[in-house]
Amino acid sequence: MATTEATPSIPQNQTTRLWLKSGDPWIWLIGGGLSISLIMVVGLLTLIAVRGFGHFWPSELIETTANVNGQTTTILGAIADSETLPAVRMREAGMAIPEDQVLATRYLFELGNRDVTGRDFVWFAESDLGAWRYPVDAIMLERREWGNFFGYAVALEYEGRTVEGEALWQTLQLAIDRANDLYDQVQAIEKGEIGRINTGLERLRLQQRRLEFDGVSGAALAEAEADMAAQRAELDAQFIDIQGERNQVLEQLQRDTLVARTADGEQVRIPLGNIVMASQNNALGLGGKIGFYVQRIHGFLTGFPREANTEGGIFPAIFGTVTMVLIMSVLVTPFGVLAAIYLREYAKQGPVLKAIRVSVYNLAGVPSIVFGVFGLGFFVYLLGGSIDNLFFPERLPAPTFGTPGLFWASLTLALLTLPVVIVSTEEGLARIPRTIREGSLALGATKWETLWKVVVPLSAPAMMTGLILAVARAAGEVAPLMLVGVVKLAPSLPIDGEFPYVHLERKIMHLGFHIYDVGFQSPNVEAARPLVYATALTLVLLILILNLTAIAIRNRLREKYRAQGD
Amino acid sequence: MSSTPLDVAKSRPSALPSQDIMARRRRNRYRADTLARWLVRAGGGGVVMALALIFVYLFSEVLPLLRGASVNEVTSYSAPAGPSGVESVVRLSLERYGEVGIRYSSSGTLTYFSLESGQVLNQYQLNLPVGVEVTSVAMAEPRARRAAFGLSDGTAVVIDHLVRLDFPEGGARQVLPDVQYPLGENPILLDEQGRAITALAIQKSRDDTGVVAETDDGRLQFIRFGTRTDFLTGDTEVTRQRWSLPPAGQPLTHLALSANLWTLIGAIDDGELLYWDLSTPAQAVLRDRESAVEGAEQITELRMLNGTFSWVIGTSEGHLSQWFLVRDESEGVADNVFYLQRVRDFKSHDAAITRIQPEYTRKGFAVVDESGALGLHFGTSARTLFLKEISDRPLRSVGMSPVDDQLIVEDDQGQITRYRVRNAHPEVSFRALWNKVWYEGRSDPEYVWQASSGSDAFEPKYSMIPLTIGTLKAAFFAMLFAMPLAIAGAIYTAYFMAPRLRGYVKPTIEVMEALPTVILGFLAGLWLAPFLENHIPAVFTILVGLPVAFLFTAWLFSRLPRAVRLMLPEGWEAVVLLPVIVLVVWLMVFLSPLIEVWFFDGSMRQWFTDIGITYDQRNAMIVGIAMGFAVIPTIFSIAEDAVFTVPRHLTQGSLALGATPWQTVTRVVLLTASPGIFSAVMIGFGRAVGETMIVLMATGNSPIVNFNIFEGMRTLSANIAVELPETSVDSTHYRILFLAGLVLFALTFIVNTVAELVRQRLRARYSSL
Repeated sequence: MATTEATPSIPQNQTTRLWLKSGDPWIWLIGGGLSISLIMVVGLLTLIAVRGFGHFWPSELIETTANVNGQTTTILGAIADSETLPAVRMREAGMAIPEDQVLATRYLFELGNRDVTGRDFVWFAESDLGAWRYPVDAIMLERREWGNFFGYAVALEYEGRTVEGEALWQTLQLAIDRANDLYDQVQAIEKGEIGRINTGLERLRLQQRRLEFDGVSGAALAEAEADMAAQRAELDAQFIDIQGERNQVLEQLQRDTLVARTADGEQVRIPLGNIVMASQNNALGLGGKIGFYVQRIHGFLTGFPREANTEGGIFPAIFGTVTMVLIMSVLVTPFGVLAAIYLREYAKQGPVLKAIRVSVYNLAGVPSIVFGVFGLGFFVYLLGGSIDNLFFPERLPAPTFGTPGLFWASLTLALLTLPVVIVSTEEGLARIPRTIREGSLALGATKWETLWKVVVPLSAPAMMTGLILAVARAAGEVAPLMLVGVVKLAPSLPIDGEFPYVHLERKIMHLGFHIYDVGFQSPNVEAARPLVYATALTLVLLILILNLTAIAIRNRLREKYRAQGD
Repeated sequence: MSSTPLDVAKSRPSALPSQDIMARRRRNRYRADTLARWLVRAGGGGVVMALALIFVYLFSEVLPLLRGASVNEVTSYSAPAGPSGVESVVRLSLERYGEVGIRYSSSGTLTYFSLESGQVLNQYQLNLPVGVEVTSVAMAEPRARRAAFGLSDGTAVVIDHLVRLDFPEGGARQVLPDVQYPLGENPILLDEQGRAITALAIQKSRDDTGVVAETDDGRLQFIRFGTRTDFLTGDTEVTRQRWSLPPAGQPLTHLALSANLWTLIGAIDDGELLYWDLSTPAQAVLRDRESAVEGAEQITELRMLNGTFSWVIGTSEGHLSQWFLVRDESEGVADNVFYLQRVRDFKSHDAAITRIQPEYTRKGFAVVDESGALGLHFGTSARTLFLKEISDRPLRSVGMSPVDDQLIVEDDQGQITRYRVRNAHPEVSFRALWNKVWYEGRSDPEYVWQASSGSDAFEPKYSMIPLTIGTLKAAFFAMLFAMPLAIAGAIYTAYFMAPRLRGYVKPTIEVMEALPTVILGFLAGLWLAPFLENHIPAVFTILVGLPVAFLFTAWLFSRLPRAVRLMLPEGWEAVVLLPVIVLVVWLMVFLSPLIEVWFFDGSMRQWFTDIGITYDQRNAMIVGIAMGFAVIPTIFSIAEDAVFTVPRHLTQGSLALGATPWQTVTRVVLLTASPGIFSAVMIGFGRAVGETMIVLMATGNSPIVNFNIFEGMRTLSANIAVELPETSVDSTHYRILFLAGLVLFALTFIVNTVAELVRQRLRARYSSL
C-alpha cells in the first residue's frame, strides 16, 4: 500500500493520528514550557532595563488641554503610563467616558508642581484631552524640594537685575551652576565641619561619664574636668565661627530667583538654591539628550536621597551594600576555606563526616530569614549586649553594638554564605588531579606543604568562584538584613574621616532594602516607582556581573583541569 | 662493615647543609605539619560547630516557652493587726516595685505593710457613722485599684489605693503609700430606703464609676457616678444616676460588673449564673441564666479576668471554669443579644476555692483553696502552670504583683507568706498554638494570629495555623506554576534540545537563580499585581491559549512540506515557539478588556465579587507566579542534571528496539531520572517555603485561613520579618517568632536532606548501571 501511494495522499485524519502517535506534539509542548521560562527570564530583564534606563531619558513635554469636571485646564507634563480598559470600569473610577465608547484609554501624566497643585501624577482619559503640542520653550526643573517643576521660564532675578528674553536660558544655566557650587559648600560645612564638632562634643560627654564610672575623684578629676571644659569652650567657639560662615554662604545661595509660569498661567518664584538642574526637553537634540542622560545617571549613582528617598541618588545604598559585602568577604573567606580543607583533607572520611557534609550543604537551602532571626538574637542582643556592658558602659542605656548594625549584618551574611564558599572550595579541592598531589608527596613534601604550596594555589580559582557567588548572594539578600542592621535612611556613611574611620556599629543603607522601602513604604508611590526600577537595575547589573564572572572562572578552571587530567 | 659510597660522600665537605641543620629543618617541617593539622581541625571543626550553634541557639530561645511556673517562698510573717486585732482579710495586693503590700480587712481597714518584714507602714480606717457596719465588699479589676464597701444603712464607701514614687535628692527611690476617695470620704447613698447592702459590684469606666448593689430585701439597683474635674478650680463634681434592675429572685452570693458597665454577672446559692444586659440601663433585662455546677456544688468565688470580658468561677468542689458572653446569631434574634457560655475548664483543685486573683495585664489568675494549695492558671491557653499544696492551713487570700513576679498568700490564721514567681510565658501551650481556641468575644473557637494591639486588655492570639497554612498556600501555588514549566523545560533541554543551544539556555536560566528575590517581589507587587487586576481574563485565556497554540504550531509544522521541515535542525522547536508565545500573550492581553465587555459586563473583578469570590489585588496567584519564577531555576537545574546524566546506553537501547523518542523519554528516561526530579521538586519546595521578600511584597500579609487563589496570605517567614523588629526581647511573642524560625529551619532542613539522600542514591545507581 505504501509503495503505490505517495505520502501526501494518506487521508488527513490518519496522518493526524500518526502524528499524535509519534509523540511529536508532546515534544513541542514541553519545548513550549522551556520557551515560556526563557521568555519570562528575558522579559523580566528587559522590563527592568527599559524602565530603569528609561527613567533618566529626558521625556517629551506635552502641552494639552484637559477637561476635568466640566472645566478645561491647560496641562503640561510627561506621560508616565497609559492603559486601555473597558469604559465601564473607567466610569466606576469616576471618569466621564462618552457613552458610545466600549474601551477607553487613559494616560498618567506627570505634572510636577506639587507645591502649586498638590497632585503631581494625574490620570486623564483620552477623550478628555485636547490636541497635543510639544512646546520648545517648555522647561523641566529638577528641584530639591517639591519634586519636578514643569512650566515656562519668565524671568531670572540674577545679581540683583532681571534677565528676560534671549539671554535668560544661558544665564539660568550659569546661575544654577553657581547655586549648586554654593549648595555643595553648605553641605560640606554641615556634614564635615559641624559634624566634626558634634563628634568632639559627644566624645567629651562620654569622657565625663567614663570618669564617673571609673570613680576618678579629687585632683585628677578636677584636672580632667578643667581640661574638658577648655576643649568644650574651644569647640563652641569654633562652632560659632563655622555657623557664621555657613550662614554667609546660605545668604549667597538665596540671592537669585527664577520667576516661572505654569501651563495654566500661574506665576511661581523658585529660589535657585532649590534647583538641581533645568532642561528644555523638547529643544534638546540627540546629543543634548545623551548629555542630559549621562548627567542624570551620574547624579543618581553619586547623589544622596532626597524627599523621603523618592528622589535624588542612591549613593549611600551602593556604598552601604559594598562595604557590608566587603566586610563579609573578609570574614567568610578564611573560615570557609578552612572548613573546606578540614572536611576534604583532614577529617576522617566516614558516615559521620558524610552526615556533616550533607548538613553543611543543606544550610545553603535554609531560608535566609532564619539566619536573620539567629543574627538578631545571638549576635545583636547576646554578643552585642555583652560587648556594650564590657566596653561601652558609659554610653548605656543607648546601645552601641547591642543594636543592629553594619558588623552584625556582615557577620550574619557571612554565616549565610559560608556553605556556598565551603561547597565551592571543596569542589575545587576534589578536582585537583591525584597525580599532582601524589607527585608532591613523593618528592618528600609533608601533607601541609603539599596543601599549602600545591593544592591550595591550584584550587584558588575555585575559592574565588565560591567567594564571588557568596558575594552575589549576599548583595541580593534583604530579609535577614531587615533584622540585623539595614535602615531606610542612615544619617552617615559607615566609613568616614572620623576615628576609627570604619564604623562597624553604624546602621547602613542597602540597595535591596532601598527597593523594598521606596517601593512599598513610600508616601508618593508614583514618584518613587521609576527610582525603584533604576535601583533594581543597578542591583541586577551588579549581581549579573558577579555571577557571570564566577561562571567564566569556573568554566576556565574546568578546561584547565580537563587538559591536565588527560 | 666496609665503607660505602655514602660514607665517602659524608667525609667530603658538601654544598648541602649539614646533617644537623637538615634534621632541624625536617623537625620544623614536621612540627609545622602537625601544627597545621591541629589548626585546620580546630578552625574547620569550629566552623562546623558554629553552624550547629544556629540550631542549638534557636532551640534554646524557644525552650522557655515549654516551662511551667516556679514559685519560691521568700519570707513569712503574721498579718498586720488593726485597732481590733487581726481582722479577716478581704483582699491582698502588691505594687509594681515589690516593696509594699496592701491588705483590706473585712471591716474596711486598709493597711500598707513592708513586704520585706511585714511591718505596718500606714493604716487607714473607714470613716463610718456610729452603729453602721460593713455588710459587703466589692473590688474593681486590679488595674483600677478601686474597692467598695457596702454598709448596713444603704450607703457605701469607695476607696482607691495607690502608691506615689519619690526621688529624694541623693537618696534611693521611695515608694510612698497613699489613699484616695474618688467619690468623697463620707459614705455615698446607694439605696434611698436605707436597707443594708448585701451584695455589691463596682467597676471603673474611664472617669465614671458603676456600682450595682443588692439590698437585703432583694432589690437590685445600678448607680452610675460621673466625676468631672473643673479645669480652672480643680474642684471635682460628682453626678449620680440610678436605675432599678430586674431582681434575681434569690439572694446573690457574687456580683461582677464589666468595665464598660454593660454587663452584670451574678451568682446565686444553687450554683446558677445570671446575666443582666445593662447596655441601656433604663431597659435593663435579666438576659440569661445557666447552672454552672452539678449537684450540691456551690459557687464559692467569681472574678472577672483582665479586661473584664470573661470571668472565672470557682466551686466548693475545687472546679474552675472560664465563661464569657457569646453573641446570639440564631435567626430571629435582635442584634447585640448575648448569652452565657462556659468556654473552658481548668485543672481542678482538691478542695473548695477560696479566692481567685486575676493578673493585672494578662489573662491569667492565681487561685487558693481550703486545702492550702496555690494554683496559677491561664485563660487563653487553658494551661495550669502551677498547682501545689504550699501550706498546711486553708488559704484565705492571694495577692499578685502587677508585673507578675511576686505573690503573697494569707492563711486562716493570718499568716502572710511571700513568694517569688517566675511565670514568663503562660500564653503558650500546644493547644493554643495549633488547635482552635475560643477567644474572648468571638462566637466560635477559631485559628487567629493577632499578636499585639494597643490596648492593655488585649488577648494575644498566637495560633500558628494561619501562618502555616499561608506558608503552604504560597508554596503550593508557586509549585503549581513552577513544576510543569521547570520539569518540561528540563526534559526538553536535557533530551531533545540541540547541544549548541543547550550551552546557552542552561546558564541563562541558572543565572536567574541568583536574581535577588526583592526584585521579583517588587515587580510582582508594583507591576504584575495591578497589571493582572486590569487583565484578569487574560490569565485564563493565556493558560488555555498557550498549550493550544503550541500544539497548533506543531501540527502546522507537521503539515509543511518535507523540504521546509528539514530546514529546521532537530532540537530547535523551542526557538520556533518563542514568537508564538509573544504573539499569543499580546493577543490575549489585547483581547482582555473586550472579553470583559462581552462576557462580564465590563469588569471581571466585579463579577467575581458578585458570585462571592473575594479578589485582592495582591493575592496568591501573584505570589505563585513570582515565587514560581524564583524556584524554576532551582528545579530546572537539578532536574536537567538528573535527566541528562541518564546513561546513554539505556536510551540508545530503547531507540534501537524501535521506540520513538517520546516513548523513550516517558518509559525509560523519566523512570530512571524520577528520583532526581523528585529531589529537584523537594529542593524547590524548600526554597518556596522559606522565601520572604516576595511574599512580603506581593501579598497583603493578612493572616487568613483559606486556599482561595485570589486572596492573600501571611507566611511564617514574612511574619518574622514584619514582627520581630518590633517585639520586645524575650517576650512570649519574641520566642514564638523564634519558634516560627525554628519550624522553618527544621522543615527546610529535613526536606533538603531527604532530597540530597535521594540524589546520592540515584548517583550510586547510575554508576552501577
